[in-house]
Amino acid sequence: MYFYILKRILSTIPVMIIVALFVFLMLRLAPGDPAAVIAGDYATAEDVERIREQLGLNEPIPVQMYKWVAQLASGDLGTAIFSKLPVTTLIGQRLEPTLLLALSTITFTVLVAVPLGTLAAYKAGSWVDRFVMLFSVAGFSVPVFVLGYVLIYLLSMQLKILPVQGYKSPFEHGFIEFFRHIILPTLTLSVIYIALIARMTRASVQEVLQEDYVRTARAKGQSEFKILLRHALRNAAVPIVTVIGLGIALMIGGVVVTESVFNIPGLGRLVLDAVLARDYPVIQGLILFFSFVYILINLLIDLSYTLFDPRIRY
Amino acid sequence: MTDTNQDQLMSDSVLSQREDPGVLSMMLNNRAIFWGGSLLLLFALIAIFGPLFTADPAALNPIKRLKPPSVEIWFGSDFLGRDIFARVIYGGRISLVVGIAVAVIAVIIGLFLGLVAGYVRALDAVIMRVMDGLMSIPAILLAIALISLSGATLSTVVIAIVIPEIPRVVRLVRAVVLTVREEPYVEAAIAAGTRLPLIMVRHILPNTIAPLIVQATYVCASAMLTESILGFLGAGIPPEIPSWGNIMSEGRTYFQISPWIIFFPGIALALTVLAVNIVGDGLRDTLDPRIARKM
Amino acid sequence: MSEGKAKPVLEINGLTVRLPEGADREFAIEDVTLSVSEGEIVCIVGESGSGKSVTAFTVMGLIPKKDLTPVAGEVLLQGEDLLKKTDRQMRAMRGENMAMVFQEPMTALNPVMRVGDQIAELLEIHTNMSGTARKKRVIDAMKDVSLPDPNKMYLSYPHQLSGGQRQRIMIAMALALEPRLLIADEPTTALDVTTQAEVLELIKDIQRRHGMGVMFITHDFGVVADIADRVVVMQNGKIVEQGTRDEIIAAPKHPYTKMLIGSVPSLTPPAHSHPETDDAALKTHGLNMVYGRHGFLQKGRLVHAAQDVELVVRRGETLGVVGESGSGKSTVARCIVRLIDPTSGDIDIEGVNIATMPERELRAFRQQIQIVFQDPYRSLNPRRTVGQSIVEGPMNYGLGADEARVRAEELMRVVGLAPEALDRFPHQFSGGQRQRVCIARALAMEPKVLIADEAVSALDVSVQAQVLRLLRDVRERYDLAMLFITHDLRVAAQICDRIMVMQHGVVVEEGRTEEVYANPQHPYTQSLLAAAPGRDVDFAQLV
Repeated sequence: MYFYILKRILSTIPVMIIVALFVFLMLRLAPGDPAAVIAGDYATAEDVERIREQLGLNEPIPVQMYKWVAQLASGDLGTAIFSKLPVTTLIGQRLEPTLLLALSTITFTVLVAVPLGTLAAYKAGSWVDRFVMLFSVAGFSVPVFVLGYVLIYLLSMQLKILPVQGYKSPFEHGFIEFFRHIILPTLTLSVIYIALIARMTRASVQEVLQEDYVRTARAKGQSEFKILLRHALRNAAVPIVTVIGLGIALMIGGVVVTESVFNIPGLGRLVLDAVLARDYPVIQGLILFFSFVYILINLLIDLSYTLFDPRIRY
Repeated sequence: MTDTNQDQLMSDSVLSQREDPGVLSMMLNNRAIFWGGSLLLLFALIAIFGPLFTADPAALNPIKRLKPPSVEIWFGSDFLGRDIFARVIYGGRISLVVGIAVAVIAVIIGLFLGLVAGYVRALDAVIMRVMDGLMSIPAILLAIALISLSGATLSTVVIAIVIPEIPRVVRLVRAVVLTVREEPYVEAAIAAGTRLPLIMVRHILPNTIAPLIVQATYVCASAMLTESILGFLGAGIPPEIPSWGNIMSEGRTYFQISPWIIFFPGIALALTVLAVNIVGDGLRDTLDPRIARKM
Repeated sequence: MSEGKAKPVLEINGLTVRLPEGADREFAIEDVTLSVSEGEIVCIVGESGSGKSVTAFTVMGLIPKKDLTPVAGEVLLQGEDLLKKTDRQMRAMRGENMAMVFQEPMTALNPVMRVGDQIAELLEIHTNMSGTARKKRVIDAMKDVSLPDPNKMYLSYPHQLSGGQRQRIMIAMALALEPRLLIADEPTTALDVTTQAEVLELIKDIQRRHGMGVMFITHDFGVVADIADRVVVMQNGKIVEQGTRDEIIAAPKHPYTKMLIGSVPSLTPPAHSHPETDDAALKTHGLNMVYGRHGFLQKGRLVHAAQDVELVVRRGETLGVVGESGSGKSTVARCIVRLIDPTSGDIDIEGVNIATMPERELRAFRQQIQIVFQDPYRSLNPRRTVGQSIVEGPMNYGLGADEARVRAEELMRVVGLAPEALDRFPHQFSGGQRQRVCIARALAMEPKVLIADEAVSALDVSVQAQVLRLLRDVRERYDLAMLFITHDLRVAAQICDRIMVMQHGVVVEEGRTEEVYANPQHPYTQSLLAAAPGRDVDFAQLV
């Protein structure tokens, strides 16, 4: 078991290295002159040169590589071109809203998607099943921001029951205000995630329900509800939890869009601001940050398998 | 030698000896494929031929700014008085081009890498670790970064969307290869002296086609969504081209007074992607129910 | 049918179950009438598709109602008609009044639940016992099936147990509430022969002690001979004959029963003529196959799948390699065909060592050794016609398309199939026919060595007899050296001239078949032979 844990932890290292390498090469191998592209159409030659300097593109590749590794190893994700602040500082300033939005989304998603998917699997072919499948296809099809605007239009503009945009920190404005503002972004961000997880839950549970040990449970006289709970869901847990982890990538993309729609000053907005300001180091730093977070979450999820499946202990 | 009739009589009588119905007729009998496909065909025809009949999507009309939908201007107008209907019809072209291009390129590259990873042990670990790395970079951020480095054009947008889609295809192909190469019929071919390239083409590749077609539809749908998100964030195709994402991006400022600028292209996009997804689900159910799990 | 003094636990009268539309036949089972009394074991025997399992699952109420609908008859358990019960009533009876043991003990147990808890679940459903009382009862039930160290094993997960132990857990679970009817669906088919013997003994013993009625589903007449009080023979969903064990086995009346019993290979090898030639077609010397490696950070967990295997097969002779699962017999076969690369040792084909030959040079020798696999459903590419599959090999070696076709047609006749069938796809053939196609495919290469890796193990007994006959015929016709891998001692007795017994990767005994069977030297061989079900009955002689 400890061997498994150690092996999994070590196996994330090459993946992190590849991400770092990829991000490094992206800037160096981009066609044309990235410094000129970043500087924009109205930049002077000095501007371009200054940006090239800041990106460290003037030095020989091995030196750049060395600096890059040394910088990352010390936990430095780079420095913004305009504000001159370290990217880690910028992330620190913007972390709270994004973190809370992500947490509320995952909680809501799991609470909705897993029971829904299980029910659909149990009642395969029924109207519940059809509804879940329809919802999931639709959820995969509606762009996040369109959904956000539809919700704003209906609930904020027409029914006027929720605020249109903005973010209120629970630490400054209290939980109620926070909650009122986080509902719509959470709903918006959850839909595609629910679609994904409900679908996966349905497929996994349906597969488990075909297993011989479910038949054994029936032969014991066990009720269908307990069969679902005790036998089906526990055995379907690994694929479901895996998809919850993989879906984080989907959610990170959604966060950028959702924060922009709802005007939430989080990491997603930081990305967008950086895109508009052509502040490449910030984009790069955020890519590294999000990727590492994603890798770590999935590592934790892999380690959690040992809780669900005793066979993985070896 | 004994008679074969008895052999047939004795064994697997429950197992059907029927002819397989043709794949094509099965596909047409699938309601999802039929309706999704019809809808998609309709959208494609509108996107291709529609712009010939609508107003100029770029024509400015300062007098008719931000007009709500009416009998004359079906989808209303934007802040420059441009006809949203004409722009939405034109935007369909961009979405379809991006969706199809990304699906085709991702499948070709993914198929190649997946076959190599599945069959060449030495390269498997390398390719798969690179794919793991690529998969852990959020697709939209990766696309944003690539575009902000190389400038926004249709082709850079396509490339930027293709790259994060490749790992899923590689994984799928590799999984199929790894399963099929253990099949006794492949081992029989090895024992019969069939050379590796021929084994690939004859015994392994055909098994990847059905899952790849299904995967291609999902990649296509996902690419359309990503393209619109990039446009919406102002990081996609140059704003002067009326892609759906761009139209909606321009509508953000006026959303509270003119929501139709976002709603109509949004509905068009959602319906198109929905049609693609429905076709994908239908194909998955018809071509190979077992691959459903691997998606 | 003997009406004993014991009262019937189960009576099935005129039971008919309809198959879904589009199936090959209208009814899965038709007009099935049988009974199981207290204290007796009734074997339902038949080949695949005979409806024996459907019968069992209908009694338990575990058939998918959408696909299989009982349309006539009654199923009386202690006088109550189960077909009239509601789902809730059935649930209350399952596990309490009737219990079932399934074929695959690995998949029949929940992999993520401790085995003790899985037995306790039954008590939780049907009794109001406290947790500690339940645990005590579970431990008792585990003791009852002679599981070692029940207190410790209570906490085990299924993957930590052996196949035999898992099946004992299943039996303990089935018996925990002392049901009056136990249904066993091929409970020993997935087990090795020595384990099978133990489990059969256990079921007999428990049945004797608890006095319940047992309905035992099997395809194996050996098992029937060992365990049955009465026998019901089914074919295509109908009962063709039933009677006491001795009536059925010693004097079957129905031609189908006669054919089935006559198809069971005898454990007594026929007199083989041993050509005393030194014309060795295949030889291995010190063949080793080791799996696993010393990896980074990993303590070496090495598996010696084959150790120093020495074998010789001469032209015109069949060498049998027998052993239980994990004995390494298939590993040897796969090494010789070079589907896997042996760790060390020699493989000589006509005096040339191919054990470490690189693929490019190996190609010339692949032609000489061909293999027929176990699973006829996966051995042929479903997308290619059987003709394409047969000519693939010869055409690899330069035979023209027309000549290859002529050869394929001829071979189809040899294996007893119509040459016109060459243009058909595998799914249009039955299992036995596919195995014939696989033999034709192997023969098309004009090999010197033919390896049959459990080639008849997946087939029904009647088909098995035919394919065995075919293998013997082609060996003679083409003067092949045949390496016959099997776990089935009966099959090996009939087809092999010489026998090699393997255990844990090591050859423990080798010799002429009749000598090994008559006078086994190694204790393992002795235990294998002693465990063969129905060893006291010579079926072939009966018909």
